[in-house]
Amino acid sequence: MLEKMKRYRFLFEELVKRDFKKKYKRTILGMLWSVLAPLLNVLVLMLVFVNFFGRNQDHFIIYIFCGTMVMSFYTETTQGCMRALMANASIFTKINVPKYLFLLSKAFQAFINFLLTLVVFFAFCVGDGITFGWHMFAMLYPMLWLLILSFGVGMILSAMYVFFRDVEYLYSIFLTLLNYVSAIFYPTTMLPEQWRFLFYCNPVFVYIDYFRTVFIYSEIPSLLIHVLCVAYALVFLGIGCLIYKKCNHEFLYYV
Amino acid sequence: MAVVECKNVSIRYKTGDLKAIGLKDYVLQKIRGKYKVTEFWADKDITFSLEKGDMMGIVGTNGAGKSTLLKAVTGIMIPTAGTVKTVGNVAALLELASGFDPELSVRENTYLRGALLGYTKEFMVEKYDEIIAFAELEDFQDYMFKQLSSGMKSRLAFSIACLIEPDILILDEVLSVGDAGFKDKSAERIKAILKSGVTGILVSHSVQQVRNLCNKCLWLDHGKQIAFGPCNVICNAYSAFLALPKDKKRLPANDQELNEMSDRFLLAWKLGVDEQATRTNPVGESETARLQRLMSMVDAMSPEERKELKDRLNKK
Repeated sequence: MLEKMKRYRFLFEELVKRDFKKKYKRTILGMLWSVLAPLLNVLVLMLVFVNFFGRNQDHFIIYIFCGTMVMSFYTETTQGCMRALMANASIFTKINVPKYLFLLSKAFQAFINFLLTLVVFFAFCVGDGITFGWHMFAMLYPMLWLLILSFGVGMILSAMYVFFRDVEYLYSIFLTLLNYVSAIFYPTTMLPEQWRFLFYCNPVFVYIDYFRTVFIYSEIPSLLIHVLCVAYALVFLGIGCLIYKKCNHEFLYYV
Repeated sequence: MAVVECKNVSIRYKTGDLKAIGLKDYVLQKIRGKYKVTEFWADKDITFSLEKGDMMGIVGTNGAGKSTLLKAVTGIMIPTAGTVKTVGNVAALLELASGFDPELSVRENTYLRGALLGYTKEFMVEKYDEIIAFAELEDFQDYMFKQLSSGMKSRLAFSIACLIEPDILILDEVLSVGDAGFKDKSAERIKAILKSGVTGILVSHSVQQVRNLCNKCLWLDHGKQIAFGPCNVICNAYSAFLALPKDKKRLPANDQELNEMSDRFLLAWKLGVDEQATRTNPVGESETARLQRLMSMVDAMSPEERKELKDRLNKK
């Protein structure tokens, strides 16, 4: 395992480099877009929704920011991973390399983006008078599991995408739906108390909720949330790995 | 002990199932009762084994299943039936120029390809200049890959790939790259790699190349194994097969027929040599036409004449 990791480290580095270069090719602002895109995104949502829902929610900007930040990382990773396998078909049909590396590179790229967004996020936290403290290190926990969850979902999608290109269309519709049900720009109190548990059936919401609890309420979430974070991530990663194990040699018949 | 061992390897492609044709055609074909999944055996029952130091050529016309078989040996594909066993690390040079990224520079592509082939970073840093020099691309390092000419692309691909020191080396049509000067250079490089004792498999449309480099040969035709054995006999028979006119093409059914074909080819070859010695060969005749004519001359010979020719052939 360790030997394998060492062997593929160089390849992983090169793939990440390639994906980065390609992503910002022919853009004038380059990497700056990683910071600018989420910033503009939040500003738009703020302009629109502050007057609708903002009155009932403390630190509404941070509330929205937590939501969009997690959601856009999830979206970028899963969509990037979904296409990554097909995009590298010309390589893995000629050279025997582990296919998940192409996805891992995409996920890593999205993660770097996420870290850059965090910089903007902290600037907003300062501006909004959020109390800083050691409890904030708790956010590393949902970050790790969110990465694993997104990668797992990405694995499942990429495999399906090879067999059925329809997945691309279906998934973009699903993402719109997910955007609306994840309580990104409205407070969860919109739903009556007895139905609010439904939010927690949505993996993405769990991670958003974790961030909000830490930053807005300066608290460490309950044990249940911690368990949910791990459980969702491992379930999707597990399914993804199983599919890859089973279909590893089927892919090249369909690309 | 065999370094490469293929036992009854068969590889099947399926076309026309739901995933391939989409829901609309699937439903339409179902209604019309025309729906059927077609199977296509790219390789059927291929069996061979190579010892350390063996170099095997694979010959066969287009669509014989050569490249597919190589994919099974490299582990990119799992055979539908049968087993492939290899000992040691396998390096495959398949369709070299594909898989590069057109948007990246030559330098970036070189490192990426090196990484894909499993080289270490230190190794690539050390060898980078050598690769570029061998490919004769010193002035193009920062050009985008898509801006290179196709000859340059294949030169780069070959230069990166030929650094490997594998136990098993697989070459798919890689020796016909670049201009004449580069061809000689690359052939020499390959010969040097082969001398180091690797076990190799070579796919080539040039029978001459197979004769030069290989000691064993596998003949495939439409996915079927026609023959496996010593290089000379099979190359002779294959050349004889190629020279047959289209309507009279007949594959050897067993070893005896294979040997007969090989013998006929050798006799025809001897006739050709005689012709050239006496300068009685027609001018402007194509290679195939010449071989065809000579073979029919051999066929028209009486047994005594043949025996006499054979004796002269064996004397040399």
